[in-house]
Amino acid sequence: MTTVVFNRRNLLITGGAVLATGASGLLLPVRADGLAATDSMPGGANNYRKGAAIVDRIGKGGFWMSGTVRRAGDGAPLAGQRIQIWAHTVEGQEHEPQSHGATLTDKDGKFRLEMPQIIPIFGQPHGHLAYDSGEFKTVFLRPVMRSPKETSLEAHFVLQPA
Amino acid sequence: MILIWAALALAIGLPIAAAAMSEQLAWRGPVYILAGFAGIVALGLVLVQPLLIGGYLPGLSAYRGRRAHHWIGGALALAVVIHVAGLWITSPPDMIDALTYVSPTPFSPFGVTAMWAIFIVALLASLRTRWGWRPRTWRFVHMPLAIVIVAGSVVHCLLIEGTMEKVSKMALCALVVAATVKVMADLQVWRKRRALRRESVARQ
Repeated sequence: MTTVVFNRRNLLITGGAVLATGASGLLLPVRADGLAATDSMPGGANNYRKGAAIVDRIGKGGFWMSGTVRRAGDGAPLAGQRIQIWAHTVEGQEHEPQSHGATLTDKDGKFRLEMPQIIPIFGQPHGHLAYDSGEFKTVFLRPVMRSPKETSLEAHFVLQPA
Repeated sequence: MILIWAALALAIGLPIAAAAMSEQLAWRGPVYILAGFAGIVALGLVLVQPLLIGGYLPGLSAYRGRRAHHWIGGALALAVVIHVAGLWITSPPDMIDALTYVSPTPFSPFGVTAMWAIFIVALLASLRTRWGWRPRTWRFVHMPLAIVIVAGSVVHCLLIEGTMEKVSKMALCALVVAATVKVMADLQVWRKRRALRRESVARQ
């Protein structure tokens, strides 16, 4: 008869192995070996207006919204993707047309749009971003600033085919 | 006597005055501003309630203190209605998220839960005599809801980044908690049933 001896070492090793296999299966949906797509954030689509124009700058500027757009799986940067941005700023409320604008990603999948200073609304200083062009699945993001005094904010998209 | 009333006026008046000087107001519409101040006033009324029922405000008899507690309770419910309605008009999707408990903001569920507790207490308070509730029954129902109201309101308020100035906000919140703890300790709201029964017999 074989006796299974549980000492600390083999318990840790088997336990670790079980955790590693289990956790990787749980944490990475779609593609087991790649970059997972970004989910829309709660409240991300609030006060969204369809089809905001591509602009050089929203209003008078002074605040920078930037980020990246990549493809789920291989993480390849996606160029020429339209990202829509809006927020409650010193120049208007979230739902007002002048608070909305869009920009395109460059060849490295990066975007950067100047806009008026974001100020706290509904208890948090936050911005809204959308990818809504149809080629990939629509994603709405709602990043929060660590402090209302910050003058920039980042948001990153990983898109999956629609 | 005047000192206590003055302190109360300061405890509620200072946070309101400080919020009135907030630079955030410049970027807000009138309805949003009204909604925000209705929220601050509501928190002030939450401070008044335990003071009234505990008899800590000089010059008010126990009877008048209780009557005032009833009326202020109604005013509190009204302030919350103005707060929620104003925020709804300002940004309907954000308010709907909050009311349905799917909001991304961590303070929303605390505020919404406190709101329901306030509405339930107000409703039950108006039906209490009709239903012939004994004081013991009322206490048994009102005390847990009062704790939900105080804890929910204070956490809601503290987590919000808005027009309120931080120090006066924390001071008001601390006073609300202190007044609630004191009144609950003084009135021995958790005392045994037998003691309560003895009291109600003695009263008759």
